Amino acid sequence: MNFKLKIWRQPSAASKGELRRYEIEKISANTSFLEMLDILNEQLIKSGEEPVAFDSDCREGICGTCSLTINGEAHGPAHPAAACQLYMRQFKDGETITVEPFRVRSFPIIKDLVINRGALDRIVQAGGFISARTGSAPEANSTPIPKHNSDLAMEAAACIGCGACAAACPNASAMLFTSAKISHLALLPQGQAERSRRVLGMVRQMDAEGFGNCTNTYECEAVCPAEISASFIAKMNREYAIASLRDRLGE
Amino acid sequence: MIVAVTGVILILFVIGHLLGNLQIFLGPAWINGYAEHLRELGPLLWIIRAILLIDVLAHIYYTVRLAIENRRARPESYRRKDVVKASFASRHMVISGMILLAFIVFHLLQFSIRAIDPRFAALPHDPLGHYDVYSMMVLGFTSPLVSGFYILAMFLLALHLSHGSSSFFQSLGLNNKNLTPRLASAGRVFAWLLFVGYSSIPAAVLLGWVHLRSHS
Repeated sequence: MNFKLKIWRQPSAASKGELRRYEIEKISANTSFLEMLDILNEQLIKSGEEPVAFDSDCREGICGTCSLTINGEAHGPAHPAAACQLYMRQFKDGETITVEPFRVRSFPIIKDLVINRGALDRIVQAGGFISARTGSAPEANSTPIPKHNSDLAMEAAACIGCGACAAACPNASAMLFTSAKISHLALLPQGQAERSRRVLGMVRQMDAEGFGNCTNTYECEAVCPAEISASFIAKMNREYAIASLRDRLGE
Repeated sequence: MIVAVTGVILILFVIGHLLGNLQIFLGPAWINGYAEHLRELGPLLWIIRAILLIDVLAHIYYTVRLAIENRRARPESYRRKDVVKASFASRHMVISGMILLAFIVFHLLQFSIRAIDPRFAALPHDPLGHYDVYSMMVLGFTSPLVSGFYILAMFLLALHLSHGSSSFFQSLGLNNKNLTPRLASAGRVFAWLLFVGYSSIPAAVLLGWVHLRSHS
């Protein structure tokens, strides 16, 4: 298969970027999207051009490192899937494919398609953990957890922290990410002690990072490679309202 | 959350206002009598008006502030951005709201302050001594331009509420995975029922089904 590519090139954070055109030929339909970029980069290196910088790690959809906006959709058109799980058979022969970084003010571009998602780490540092005794693993059955709760917590914990939710959101809001992290721990007994402090701290950090606000368009859940449901955002709003009430009443 | 709560109050108002207006189909005595009842509320009416005004202003102030924050959160826009799921209504809340604001100002100037049409101020009271709201509505909607703008505004109201009337449940945290699609469909049905209800009045006037009646 042959493709025309329009790829975002930006030498550094400070410089201005632009979409540059490339052509690539004789690509097998079963090549993954990132392998196709690897092939392009080899051609660029041979012709003495700077290769396209992009992030990837596991290439099996579990690490959340890849972060491409392909043809205007976060992670490309194969939802639910990370960009690394996208194959060239998804596209038409001869198609023009536009590749851009995730565009969120809180994810500054480092180079080309590589962005800094430290903002998400700082949100987790603001409360997305439990302070627990470390040491040997406790007996699994000593803390009973209802099946429904453990299932819901597992659904929320599936978030791989890729940031596609904020990238797809018309308001660049990271609420789906933050709500998944908050819900995951709020649903489990281990998360109860720090439940109020967690939601207040993480939401405050999320706002401080400069993300936008949720207007309930649900673009986030449509592109999420881990299929996190936007109903967790409703849960976060609920948790936040109760926690701020408790906080004001001095609990 | 403030946007959601102020929005709910406005939704309650548009329901009440529609029920009041639909009384035009029951004849002049009904709607003029209803208007008289509202006037008899006296100070309470002014309290309700003040609450609605503060509510509208808060709704606008906070949405505009949030919209500015949202713009800032993505300073460089995508060269290509495709929509996967978001509805047209949900992506155009600010613009539909802004046009609605312009409509509300015109609507108040026309029917409450009566500053648009000199005939309104000159209307005599009806035989029961009430303000002749009925004739005012018929006279107002006889103009296709006024009716056209009214119906367009009601279309935008329905669009605004087809997202807003289910969206506030999510913002207030009163939602889960099973409820989301049900609330969304219920919200859309509710919004378009409002559109049909409100638009039926200018449509009926234009079609001549509701017309001026002599006071004899």
